[in-house]
Amino acid sequence: MSDIAIKAEHLSKRYMIGARRQRINTLGELFTHTVSGFFKTRSTPADEGTTLLKALDDVSFEVKKGEAFAIVGHNGSGKSTLLKILSRVTTPSAGRANICGRVGSLLEVGTGFHPELTGRENIYLNGAILGMRKAEIAAKFDEIVDFSGVERFLDTPVKRYSSGMYVRLAFGVAAHLEPEILIVDEVLAVGDAAFQTKCLTKMGDVARGGQTVLLVTHNLGFIANLSKRAMVLQRGQVKFVGNSSAAIGAYLQSAAGNKGSCDLRGHAGRQLGSTPSMTSVRITDKDGLDKQSFSAGGEWQLELEYACKSDVRLMSAGVFISSVSGIGVGSFDTFMCFPPPHHIPSSGMIRFCIPELLLCPGEYFVSVGLMLDQQHAYDQVTRAISFSVETNDLYGTGHMLTTDHGLCVFKGTAEIVT
Amino acid sequence: MQTIVENAPTNSTVSSTPTTVQPTVVIEANRSWWRLDLHELWKYNELLYTLCWRDIKARYTQSVIGIGWVAISPLVTIAIVTIIFGYWVKIPSDGLPYPLFVFTALVPWLYFSKSLERASTSVTSEANLITKVYFPRVIIPIASALSGLIDCLVGLVIVIAMGLWFGITPTWGILALPLFLGLALATALAVSLWFSALHVRYHDIGAIAPLLIQVWMYASPVVYPLSMVPEHWRAVYSLNPMVGVIEGFRWALLGKVPPDFSFLALSAGVVLVILYGGYLFFRKLEQTFADVI
Repeated sequence: MSDIAIKAEHLSKRYMIGARRQRINTLGELFTHTVSGFFKTRSTPADEGTTLLKALDDVSFEVKKGEAFAIVGHNGSGKSTLLKILSRVTTPSAGRANICGRVGSLLEVGTGFHPELTGRENIYLNGAILGMRKAEIAAKFDEIVDFSGVERFLDTPVKRYSSGMYVRLAFGVAAHLEPEILIVDEVLAVGDAAFQTKCLTKMGDVARGGQTVLLVTHNLGFIANLSKRAMVLQRGQVKFVGNSSAAIGAYLQSAAGNKGSCDLRGHAGRQLGSTPSMTSVRITDKDGLDKQSFSAGGEWQLELEYACKSDVRLMSAGVFISSVSGIGVGSFDTFMCFPPPHHIPSSGMIRFCIPELLLCPGEYFVSVGLMLDQQHAYDQVTRAISFSVETNDLYGTGHMLTTDHGLCVFKGTAEIVT
Repeated sequence: MQTIVENAPTNSTVSSTPTTVQPTVVIEANRSWWRLDLHELWKYNELLYTLCWRDIKARYTQSVIGIGWVAISPLVTIAIVTIIFGYWVKIPSDGLPYPLFVFTALVPWLYFSKSLERASTSVTSEANLITKVYFPRVIIPIASALSGLIDCLVGLVIVIAMGLWFGITPTWGILALPLFLGLALATALAVSLWFSALHVRYHDIGAIAPLLIQVWMYASPVVYPLSMVPEHWRAVYSLNPMVGVIEGFRWALLGKVPPDFSFLALSAGVVLVILYGGYLFFRKLEQTFADVI
């Protein structure tokens, strides 16, 4: 038997989207469709307005047994579709994959939990749904209960659980599944900090314990720690496969273009439903020169250029800064900065400025967006551009700030009172 | 429910083997849907038991009377039907007490109609499972059809008790009852497979199923005896598999006229065809469930 756990060859998944030739949802539509189709002499095969969305396009890769393999990519890059195919939830449109060993997925913890049933019953139910044998669950029952810390509530229906307890129990079952191949997708964003640490430890054990792990997360630090190899997906295509630190580099490259400025037309981070109208974004120092790396406490500027049709009434433009691990650091927009009425021109350039950038060293992403009103975005690009903050002696005491100091610099003062 | 618990140890001895042999799964664009893959279905037997048990458990938790509702709802139906058809319209009942005559038919009928109603939306209501984990989707309608059997068994006990009260003791025919119960299950499952698969795409099925059930009830000898159906129509009438099931129940429990076994074979044949077709149809459509649900 070979040492390959997953071998994917030319996997593709296409969805039909668009107005024409859409899915027929009711029998009435089926009827009219059939009748009209009968009278049409030759229906146009590719009706206008139909788009073929390639969620996955010719994806091939291999994962060795016992390897922790990470998949990174922006929203809509096809990660979830790939996982769905590998966990056999959906079938590919083309290509094939060989999977050796039992697959357990943590696509979403708590799958199949029934609110009316008790914690104990749900452990068995969930275990069975995830593919465990009853005897297996019974053997691991105490371990699961210990892990999730819900022993006092085992005979309470889970609908009365707090959301934290619910998630802990769900993760407890899933984490004890111990399949040969474990698929993990963004489960670590749940629970309180203590529980997250517990999950990380468990995941680490699993990854080091000879289990094959397929990891999908935005937490780049986690990828660097746990997996040796990673794959970068972009718009359904494989952009990079290789060791994880190189992959993180490739991902950041695809995210921002590690320069001070970035063309936003055709940016991979554009959200679905956006009307592409932002054209470029540029991060500069106070003199307006392109800059990629800053020191804490320095002045930070961002210039956003956009051009919408003249009849579009925009309410605001904004920036959102997040850390590499996906934590939101802060955001501000013209809505906050300008007094009412909150309108901005339909095209032009807006300069955002942070006079004192109080961030700890590290890599940061900036997402930009144009809003029509408080709820509706006109154009949004996540992780449009990145910048870094270098370590420096902000306090002037010779103490250098590091990534271990969190995200935010308080520039606080301290005094000895007694 | 007890049977599920008792099953566990016997299955666990089997389960130790798969861990040593690593199964290789091939995911391909076009799976050959005409294959039955029953062995794969069998691998998931524990999930089937668990889903059945969940359905039953969830249906009767946090309800004061609980499983008692299984008895109460048909009793109310019987009362209404007896007054209208038995005393008012005076429909003959082959010399049997009318309430007993109706109840014997209602037990399989209610099982069938409720299973069909539940099963037709079953796949859609498990959307969260279908979009997250893999298992043979056929398990969902099967579990739905099986979980209704518990209600049916409770009903049977009441029928027998009622029969004793009317002075009718079961004959040897009762031994054939599992056969008819099996036919009822097969009929419910056969129609459910079609409906549940279609419901994922066409929600109209949710409206069609109750209508069909209504029509079907009067096309089955529930409130009237088979003897009221004209002789030359009997063969066509027996194409309805529920005719065989109901007549079989009446014969097995009340021991009056034995059913015409050639008609019964016809019913069973029809069921098998619908069941087989439904299974293949379901398997064909299940590949797109996660995308359209």
